[in-house]
Amino acid sequence: MSMQVEKFYYDNKIVRAFGYATVIFAIVGMLAGLWVAIQFYAPAASLNLAPTTFGRLRPLHTNAIIFAFVGNCIFTGVYYSLQRLCKARMFSDKLSWIHFWGWQSIIAAAAITLLLGYTTGKEYAELEWPIDIAITIIWVVFGINLFGTILKRREKHLYVAIWFYIATWVTVAMLHIVNSLEIPVSFFKSYSWYAGVQDALVQWWYGHNAVAFFLTTPILGLMYYFLPKAANRPVYSYRLSIIHFWALIFIYIWAGPHHLLYTSLPDWAQSLGTVFSIMLIAPSWGGMLNGLFTLRGAWDKVREDPVLKFMVVAVTCYGMATFEGPMLSLKNINAISHFTDWTIAHVHIGGLGWNGFMAFAMMYYLVPRMWGTKLYSKKLATNHFWLGTIGIILYAVPLYWAGFTQSLMWKAFTPEGQLKFQFLETVTNIIPMYITRSVGGALYLTGALIMAFNLYKTIRQGKFVANEEAEAAPLLREAHPKREYWHRILERKPVMMLVLSLVLVAIGGVMELIPTFLVKSNIPTIASVKPYTPLELQGRDIYIREGCYTCHSQMIRPFRDEVARYGEYSKAGEFVYDHPFQWGSKRTGPDLAREGGKYPDSWHYNHMYDPRSMSPGSIMPQYVWLLDNKLDTSSTPAKIRAMKTLGVPYPEGYDKIANSDLMKQANTIADNLKKDKIDTPPDVEIVALIAYLQRIGRDIKAEPKTQTAMK
Amino acid sequence: MSVIIVLLIASVTVAGIFLAAFLWGVKSGQFEDDYSPSSRILFEDKPSSSTTHSKQL
Repeated sequence: MSMQVEKFYYDNKIVRAFGYATVIFAIVGMLAGLWVAIQFYAPAASLNLAPTTFGRLRPLHTNAIIFAFVGNCIFTGVYYSLQRLCKARMFSDKLSWIHFWGWQSIIAAAAITLLLGYTTGKEYAELEWPIDIAITIIWVVFGINLFGTILKRREKHLYVAIWFYIATWVTVAMLHIVNSLEIPVSFFKSYSWYAGVQDALVQWWYGHNAVAFFLTTPILGLMYYFLPKAANRPVYSYRLSIIHFWALIFIYIWAGPHHLLYTSLPDWAQSLGTVFSIMLIAPSWGGMLNGLFTLRGAWDKVREDPVLKFMVVAVTCYGMATFEGPMLSLKNINAISHFTDWTIAHVHIGGLGWNGFMAFAMMYYLVPRMWGTKLYSKKLATNHFWLGTIGIILYAVPLYWAGFTQSLMWKAFTPEGQLKFQFLETVTNIIPMYITRSVGGALYLTGALIMAFNLYKTIRQGKFVANEEAEAAPLLREAHPKREYWHRILERKPVMMLVLSLVLVAIGGVMELIPTFLVKSNIPTIASVKPYTPLELQGRDIYIREGCYTCHSQMIRPFRDEVARYGEYSKAGEFVYDHPFQWGSKRTGPDLAREGGKYPDSWHYNHMYDPRSMSPGSIMPQYVWLLDNKLDTSSTPAKIRAMKTLGVPYPEGYDKIANSDLMKQANTIADNLKKDKIDTPPDVEIVALIAYLQRIGRDIKAEPKTQTAMK
Repeated sequence: MSVIIVLLIASVTVAGIFLAAFLWGVKSGQFEDDYSPSSRILFEDKPSSSTTHSKQL
């Protein structure tokens, strides 16, 4: 058979743009991370400014690392490898650049709005609704470019990496849309469509799959391309790659509820999450072993090549994190680990080890090739490798220690049956670990800076190949293949694969979500639980704005120590008006689910002004601006109307009189404060926040009384 | 709590379908060519010489 060979050019310019963004946002995201890490032992590092305080800076760190650093890394790798795997230039240069500038604008908008306190209050999905819409549009642009390239490919077989890209695109689109359903109140404020338990389930279904389909599957795709290329060896087992791909995408989608063990989520959903999390070990380790075994007989290359060094540690960290994850999903282990720094250590094995090191390896691989030169300094890259590796160890080990120690301290009782430690003692005890962690982070960041320098010097000595020449035969339509296997047919039909993947993933999602929505028995309503007053609602929005949920949980698990420390364990019915839920995932400070009525109003006032005046040794930042900021009451009617739409039973026309109720309650609190010699106008933000804090968890306390009265 | 039974049936059914599909795939020789795709990516597709624009395959 003879055919014309076509000549074409790979677009390296777009890869370069995404590559630059990867390095820049690696450094920005890590700087933000280091800054928040320092605030753990030096609260003054918040600078007493709202934008640089932990509650706002931490979401900036997580969003910058996940969506800016790893996001741009994914796009760099996809735009480079997809063209070569498909033997075709990207579908549309125009779409490539819309994708690039769109994504960078989203990152800029995210950084600004998060620092200004515009947040939905849902972890890793903090961005407000206009940005959510922009993400959807840009994601679709990326999708058209991705599938367009696949459709015009010159290579019939879809290499395993491409399946991972497809699964990533489909699932992230679905997760993002479902979790971002929210009702706008104003241009930068919205309420989650779901409440309480339902919101929690949707959020962690999303949150876990953000890890699965943004931080794992695309990076596995990159691994399947860049690792064999860097080692110049075929992947250990192509068959294994097919099996573990399908297993991974099918199982991952069910694992979300393991973030909610021992919470008010129905028990069956918790068990489901645990079972599927354990099952995940198999496909995850399939991927890890496939990566590591690819290097069998080539370990001498690992000694020489920094790219392979980074990849070996990255894949090993992937293996460790995906073994640890299922273990943490066991209820008995989760009872110890949850709400502690153990979780933070776990995610950083994945973040620093797997994502970071894969990104570095890829950059060290790509830059010399695209600039037609050699890496400026192998030695600097090796130094980066060691700094990074030691950084990971110094980061993670102290936090494992801290998490385990703190959890045991929380649970310790004296022989007389009293809690052995005050919450604050359990915090001050682990401060040395927090200091060591930040040293580890600083080393890791130093390594990244060395990489930036090394890449810069490499670029300076090379000459950029903007359009890389290539040639391949066009794809011919086979008349009638003798014998076709179903998987082969599927591989050549991306649209069909897209639909099938979506069906697969949707089955998992729907099976888990629908019952909770539909089965009423899952959400027992409690008669004494009432909607928030307008002032409390405003206070709750301040609580969300300041990111209080990044350090305080609102979920008392049914353990002896938690009930003794905080009060009656949390019930699902208590959260039916919580749009969004604020259960949190970390207890850097104590749980607040029964905070209402624990302390007088003046305690909260003084505590927000200077936490250390009320609790010496506390590491909470000061919230001085709340004392002066005027409360914006103009938003009250819109907020009440939005809540009514979501089913919160405010009386008809209440939005019109809500502000007069608000002022009445504010005056009562101001009078209360006056009794304790605190002179404050009633219309400041601190008053609203106090109203909310004094309300949390109180409704259910009224319950036993009414019951006795009825008897 | 009857919903957990519905869930179990549904998930076992789905898992069963995939197991069946997988077994069928193995039996019908779907995974026989598990070498060439992984080796193919290692070859560069740079033009063999700058003067020829087409060549015989």
